[in-house]
Amino acid sequence: MNQRRNLSALTRAAAGLAALAAWWLVYRQLAAVAGWATSSLLGLRRESPLGSAVEFFIYETPKVLMLLVLVVFGVGIVRSYFTPERTRAMLAGRRESAGNVLAALLGVVTPFCSCSAVPLFIGFVTAGVPLGVTFSFLISAPMVNEIALVLLFGLFGWKVAALYLGTGLLIALVAGWIIGRLKLERHVEDWVYANKVDAAAPAEERLDLAARVAAGREAVRDIVGRVWLYVVLGIAVGAGIHGYVPTNAMASIMGRGAWWSVPLAVLIGVPMYSNAAGIIPVVQALLGKGAALGTVLAFMMSVIGLSLPEAIILRKVLKPPLLLVFFSVVAAGIMAVGFLFNWLL
Amino acid sequence: MKKIQILGTGCARCQKLAAVADEAARALGAPYELEKVTDLKQIMGFKVMSMPAIVVDGQVKLSGRVPTLEEARRLIG
Repeated sequence: MNQRRNLSALTRAAAGLAALAAWWLVYRQLAAVAGWATSSLLGLRRESPLGSAVEFFIYETPKVLMLLVLVVFGVGIVRSYFTPERTRAMLAGRRESAGNVLAALLGVVTPFCSCSAVPLFIGFVTAGVPLGVTFSFLISAPMVNEIALVLLFGLFGWKVAALYLGTGLLIALVAGWIIGRLKLERHVEDWVYANKVDAAAPAEERLDLAARVAAGREAVRDIVGRVWLYVVLGIAVGAGIHGYVPTNAMASIMGRGAWWSVPLAVLIGVPMYSNAAGIIPVVQALLGKGAALGTVLAFMMSVIGLSLPEAIILRKVLKPPLLLVFFSVVAAGIMAVGFLFNWLL
Repeated sequence: MKKIQILGTGCARCQKLAAVADEAARALGAPYELEKVTDLKQIMGFKVMSMPAIVVDGQVKLSGRVPTLEEARRLIG
């Protein structure tokens, strides 16, 4: 009986490795195939605006989708180890500063969807997690998004991804700490404190490896299933920018010389909402056209990290002054990051 | 009669959970009542931290993700 189980586990592992190898082989051929498809199959000149845009699209679409599938799968498995209940238990009663750091880090690995923002906020606050620490979590969870990180890594290299991760965490912990210092607890809607969420979590599911792999696959079905269209649309926009906007056209509006590009990017980005996967191809096209890295990162952070839909959702638990402070502090942090990088790089 | 409540504010996953729960309950054969709770204050009364969530006869069975049909049958049955 044990032998049979070991054998089937072995076959599953072998199948997994084979899938990974196949993924890698296909991935390496994408650029060549895109070039061939554009010139030989469709008969376009690769340097022409149309050819350039088409090749970008044919190359980037499968590439980004494949990266997405791999990453979401991996992260789905990592996330099976973390639950909101466990995170809350780890943060309850922590001092600020240390709590802010831990909250920002946990925001990255704890499963989070914007519809859960409110229950999560209430759950944390009523269980004794300090307000500022809760905000550190709420800032890093949507913004320091694993999808964004790995796509940045795949498209721009580890330095850009590390930059995004590091500054995102920094903003989350500093902004949360500042909000905590401002002592704005009275601006939380009163009914929130009326609910006492059970400190005892529902029976923690003990998952074996097979279940964790299933969690990974379910994450792919769920997330990629919801996000793929945005990704394709984002790539289409990126392709258009890539093919039709002259090189360095962005340099004057978003380049290093234009200091006002950072606040402008953040101002435009805040009310917008896009998931991380959809905005990255646009980011790539903008960078390719001469936009400054700081400005583009600031734009990306403000689109993903703050949005009108999120404000509407949070309004249910935060009174307007606190909501405004929250958005302003985070926006200011993002701008600071944007300026810093335009100045440094 | 089994009382099944789906807690969710209307995002796509909440609808999906309702559909899966409905199908699972029907497959089980016993009479049941399915209610979708969308009011936030009511949802918080169940003390869940992530949505969507499924409550059977007053007990929270699962929160934060959509179960497979089999899982749903086990949670409800």
